[in-house]
Amino acid sequence: MKKIVIVGATSLMAESCARIWLERAPARLVLIGRRPEGLDRVASDLKVRSPESEIESLSGDLIHPESIAALVKKSSEGGVPDAVLIAQGSLPEQAEFEQDLALCQETLLINGVSPVLWAEAFIGPMQSANHGTLAILGSVAGDRGRQSNYVYGSAKGLVSRYAEGLQHRLSGTKVRVVLVKPGPTDTPMTSRFKAKGMKLASVDVVAQGIVRAMDRGIPVAYLPAKWGLIMTVIRHLPRFIFNRLKI
Amino acid sequence: MRPVSAWGRLSADLHHVEPLTNPWSLQETLRNRKRWGLPHGMGRSYGDVCLNPGGSLWLTTSLDRFQSFDEKTGRLRVEAGVLLRDIQKAFIPRGWILPVTPGTQMATVGGAIANDVHGKNHHLQGSFGDHVSKIQLARTDGDTQTLSLDENPECFRATLGGLGLTGLITAAEIQLKPVSGPWLESETLPFHGLESFFSFADASEADWEHTVAWIDCLSGINARGLFMRAKPARAGDKGKLHKKRSRKIPVVPPVSLVNALTLRPFNEAYFRLGQGEQRSKIVYYIPFFYPLDNLHEWNRMYGPKGFYQYQSVVPREVGLDATKAMLQAIAHSGEGSFLAVLKTFGEREAPGLLSFPRPGVTLALDFPNRGDRTHRLFERLDSIVREAKGTLYPAKDARMPRDLFEAGYPHLETFSKHRDPGISSAFSRRVMDF
Repeated sequence: MKKIVIVGATSLMAESCARIWLERAPARLVLIGRRPEGLDRVASDLKVRSPESEIESLSGDLIHPESIAALVKKSSEGGVPDAVLIAQGSLPEQAEFEQDLALCQETLLINGVSPVLWAEAFIGPMQSANHGTLAILGSVAGDRGRQSNYVYGSAKGLVSRYAEGLQHRLSGTKVRVVLVKPGPTDTPMTSRFKAKGMKLASVDVVAQGIVRAMDRGIPVAYLPAKWGLIMTVIRHLPRFIFNRLKI
Repeated sequence: MRPVSAWGRLSADLHHVEPLTNPWSLQETLRNRKRWGLPHGMGRSYGDVCLNPGGSLWLTTSLDRFQSFDEKTGRLRVEAGVLLRDIQKAFIPRGWILPVTPGTQMATVGGAIANDVHGKNHHLQGSFGDHVSKIQLARTDGDTQTLSLDENPECFRATLGGLGLTGLITAAEIQLKPVSGPWLESETLPFHGLESFFSFADASEADWEHTVAWIDCLSGINARGLFMRAKPARAGDKGKLHKKRSRKIPVVPPVSLVNALTLRPFNEAYFRLGQGEQRSKIVYYIPFFYPLDNLHEWNRMYGPKGFYQYQSVVPREVGLDATKAMLQAIAHSGEGSFLAVLKTFGEREAPGLLSFPRPGVTLALDFPNRGDRTHRLFERLDSIVREAKGTLYPAKDARMPRDLFEAGYPHLETFSKHRDPGISSAFSRRVMDF
């Protein structure tokens, strides 16, 4: 059985990916998250769907380096994972940061620093084993700073730059690093966009895309794919035009 | 606040929609309520049992995780927002199936319990509530209860078919049924006259798990229709799997597509097609159980004013005469739709205090909303149902008079003792005290 580790396993996107993997074949799954009750809920659901799978939940702090190192060590017992998906995140309203520096810090940590630390902790053993795929969740928001979400965006920009470097380091090895950049997706994190009538991609479609990108080892995957095109345009808009847009 | 409609699209009143995202925080939502709330799943009930204008709707669709499954006994524990579709999809390949399913699989388990839904196999399997062994209920006073035939049995019976009014169903344990596979052996038999419908029904009930009939609602006293019956196919029998693309009615047409011009030719064509069809065939469970699910938002076809469904049940002794009288009144009015269904219920006591299924014959018809004309017809149908000592189905209803509800649900007083005072619906305010 393949061994798959999911960090931020209670996020809807991560959970959907887990369902897709288990639908294909039973697996050894390690679910890592902050809240034990949330993890248990996901683990029980997956266990019902795939009784032959071995599912373990590990809960702990996702930001503190010592906690990360300990959880990575624990999750690697019995073998280096074949696949790692790093999917934690949170998305407060941009305007809230202006009032609340602590929230701003927390958002930068959970969306940017934390994924990088997790990837850094997993990648060493994977490189030694010269095997496996590590996927890390960025976002289209990381491609260019925009007034509507630049704090979240800058954290995701950090993830992008990090993944780029990691891909450079691992070129020529058999370890694949996949940077996933979802567009706005229909999750609890974005329910306020939905209320405003914004069109959101379904979690399932994005999860299918993540799994496909990991299968093929695609370095950068925009999901749904149209966001690759949209962000190319947005990245290349001259500043004097860009700064007039309300995006 | 945002506008919410039930399946019949008769209204779009504003509601405070509050999604329940996980089991551990929902108590807080219930306790902190500022107004009456109502549990709301997929909104597949037709009328107003799932609506609470001006109040809160507690959305259960994110409570959609499986909790446990016992491969030996077939007992499945789920959160209340799990869709019937998800159960069928996950378990039919493993040899287990929902023993009772309504005509859509896009309903939640909580909704199926709260409306104590039935299917084409009522005569053998009863209603959904007959297969529910446990319910977890959260009350708005912060209390949580486990309900079963042994624990709080009266509240259990009040909650089965209780229209969500006894508390929020957070999880349930249901008994699945062993099944050899996704295939059914089905037969279509054309009939002329209700007498032949009843003789088909009587002759089929012992050997056929599923029976139902489509009738031409314009054919009046000599009703013609297609009697359909099915049973699980023998292991090894397989049919053709048509990968039909699901379609969607993309916009709400300015007028109902079901009208005097389209109804008669459609019914004629449908009857002839059914008549000419191969009598016996092997079919996949999805098109058999859920023929309309593949046409997304089919409820839009009735246009901007929406539609009513009128589903009655009358005792078997007067079933023939009462059904004839209703069909005559409908044919006379020229109202109606091609969605017209006739079925006999089995002789069994319903599990819930407010359950709709009871021994007799049930007739269900859609009617495009044409205002007073439609209501005048309903009043005529009501008087036939009232005289036959029958009743109407709350899950489909948006207009039944209070007296008809009270006459049809004799356990109402016992039920009322178990109401949660923090919960109310448009339906409950219409036919009950709050």
